[in-house]
Amino acid sequence: VNCCPCSTKLFFTVLQAAILIQKWYRFTMARLEMRRRYSLSIFQSIEYADEQDQLQVFSTFLFSFYLVPVSEIFTSPSAPQVVDEDLCLKEFEKKIDVPDSYYGPRLSFPLTVEDANALLHAFRNEQLLHARYVLQLLSETRRVLKEMPNITHLSTSYSKDITICGDLHGNLDDLLLIFYKNGLPSEQNRYVFNGDFVDRGKNSMEILIILFAFLLIYPNDLHLNRGNHEDYIMNLRYGFTKEVSKKYKDHWKQILCLLRDVFSWLPLATIIDSKVLILHGGISDTTDLDFLNALERSKVRDHIHVRVILFSFKKFLLIKHPLSHAHKHEVECILDILWSDPRSQNGCTPNKSRGGGCYFGPDVTAKLFERYNLKMLIRSHEFKPEGYEISHDGKVITIFSASNYYEEGSNRGAYIKLTPELTPRFVQYQVSKFTRRQNLRERVGTIESSALKSLREKIYAHRSELTSAFAQYDVNGTGRISVNDWAAAMESVLQLELPWRMLRSQLAQMNPDGEVDFMSCFYDLKMDQPIKEAQPALAETLCRYRKDLEIIFNIIDKDHSGLISLEEFSQTWRLFTSHLGIDVQDDSIDKLVLSIDYNKDGHIDFNEFLEAFHVVHRLEKKATS
Amino acid sequence: MFLFADGLVAEIKKKATEAFEVFDRESNQTVDVREIGCIIRSLGCFPSEAEIQELIEKMEVEEAGGFVHLEKFLPVVTKVLLDRRTYTGKREGIRCIVLFLFYSVRIKRRSFQGKSSQSLKGQNIILCCLSGEPFNQEEMEDMLAIALDPESDTFHYRDYRKKLVVDETKTFPFNV
Repeated sequence: VNCCPCSTKLFFTVLQAAILIQKWYRFTMARLEMRRRYSLSIFQSIEYADEQDQLQVFSTFLFSFYLVPVSEIFTSPSAPQVVDEDLCLKEFEKKIDVPDSYYGPRLSFPLTVEDANALLHAFRNEQLLHARYVLQLLSETRRVLKEMPNITHLSTSYSKDITICGDLHGNLDDLLLIFYKNGLPSEQNRYVFNGDFVDRGKNSMEILIILFAFLLIYPNDLHLNRGNHEDYIMNLRYGFTKEVSKKYKDHWKQILCLLRDVFSWLPLATIIDSKVLILHGGISDTTDLDFLNALERSKVRDHIHVRVILFSFKKFLLIKHPLSHAHKHEVECILDILWSDPRSQNGCTPNKSRGGGCYFGPDVTAKLFERYNLKMLIRSHEFKPEGYEISHDGKVITIFSASNYYEEGSNRGAYIKLTPELTPRFVQYQVSKFTRRQNLRERVGTIESSALKSLREKIYAHRSELTSAFAQYDVNGTGRISVNDWAAAMESVLQLELPWRMLRSQLAQMNPDGEVDFMSCFYDLKMDQPIKEAQPALAETLCRYRKDLEIIFNIIDKDHSGLISLEEFSQTWRLFTSHLGIDVQDDSIDKLVLSIDYNKDGHIDFNEFLEAFHVVHRLEKKATS
Repeated sequence: MFLFADGLVAEIKKKATEAFEVFDRESNQTVDVREIGCIIRSLGCFPSEAEIQELIEKMEVEEAGGFVHLEKFLPVVTKVLLDRRTYTGKREGIRCIVLFLFYSVRIKRRSFQGKSSQSLKGQNIILCCLSGEPFNQEEMEDMLAIALDPESDTFHYRDYRKKLVVDETKTFPFNV
């Protein structure tokens, strides 16, 4: 450093001061990093906890209907005429009219690059593709996918890379960014997309359209693997069904029906040069690639229902249903492929947090590699802050391509460029809606407030349970308990492994003596449109299980009308609460139900009903008013 | 050295374990050794890089992979948190900084653009950060992003100090 002082004392001060600045800076950065990490931890815990809840809810639902043959629950909704195999392009053209006022892309089959470019251009400008073209596209895609085997074999050409992308989850911006950085798919630019194209993000439909279009144009150069979200029940819960029904008000049932078929025909895995295995989830110690290649994949559709059955009702259904028994191995094989996660411990154990597939260790990977002479496993399925992660001593790569998955700034996305020597190169990116890059402090602030918002909603949804847990520690009825007790209560009720002591200052108030005023964690929240007839406990339960009830009602509502009868509602609700052990008075439901039937026609619009139990943050409302 | 109540020690252990687990990616009681500095600082401690290295040595990191196990981490860090000498006071720090910056201003007066005496050009900050325990490139960029006023490329050290200083009453171990 050139500003060399003449006096040693001053020099010493300078040095001390520099060290101090640096200490402070690192101290601040560490605190920011901690906040970022626990925010991501909150997002992930809640996501997995929700998936667990779903499993429980489905057990309830199925339990109440177990006398009904399983096949009846899971057959296509009553619009069979559209799934007709013989329906071809011309039929759609005859049946569905495209008005002159439509300025979006008009596809002509067989598709060409011009069509693909027109689609990209349209979607960048937030246009929708007309339903007729969607249906034609899906129908053609199904025809092409049917010809493909369960496992696609590729070989690298002598000079070109193959690009492998992971979960996109409806993030169109990420797909467009990948195409911008890496070029559009073509004979010289091959791509493999490793599943989970839909759900959560708001452009799942557009992503599918683009991927299917390129599949039709370059069937040997663009490859798709099925993910666990390419499934009817997952779509009901995680947003894709809703997206389609909103965008295509007249034809969504037909589109979803056709999509169910298309999903079931998606290949399950890709192998490059017989050395690199690419599939969505992972493997298990019973994975047999020959068996996987031979099974009839389209027959095992909607396997998630079967997942629930297998894990909860083996007793009932094995007796009553030979069907599930016969397909058991195939279903398990596919579940393992689509749901498993790698872990660093050896062995293969059931994947408890997902409820399907397993956790597989380095020994399982090594064994599979030895058996089939493989070199690498590329999979997706798990969120990674940097967009990718390498595990099992370099043998397993996780690739995740949805940036900002939980929130703006939460993570990067990445894709792999696999060289002809089968060496992976990673390219990371992050989409941003701000033209000025937010600095670290701002980014962490955004993620943190979003994570805490979700957490507070969960807290509110468990208000009664939490209150009684707190009361148990508060022997003298002072309204205050120690931090230790507060943390213990939160963890046991919410079942989320989070750093509660660290989060305490954001969730509840503390008095100068170091005790927590436990009721303060509920001050910020209330329900949007409180229904007078709903008791607090009832309202809270509806709030907590809102998303799951939505799925159940959708399943009951076979003709997709959005309405169910009062009786169906009451019956479902009763079974639901009794099986979950929730004590609700009989007549409170009847009162509630009558009050919701606004036009007194004996039917309830359940979407409207559920909207009423949406949690709102008081402070947020103040800011916007 | 006085004895601490069992309750306090238990609470400190729990808080340290919580912080550790946030960085424990696979939930198997280990963290990457490179994150140790971050974890300890987020618990409210104020060590220098040299002090962090000393602590890591006490934790007996396994050679392969560079992971620290919770069992080794906890006793070392609990002791650090109980021993308040690792926390440096605010006042002494401010005095050093004022002296240092004043000195830098004097030396660089010729290139100084004559703004308020409370600001320094970005380049001078870079210079001061290269001594002591210097920042790496990433740290430098992040720090400048927070510290520099982007339009005038000047560093207002009073504002910077405010941004960095954390409210003492809210940090551990003053408030268990």
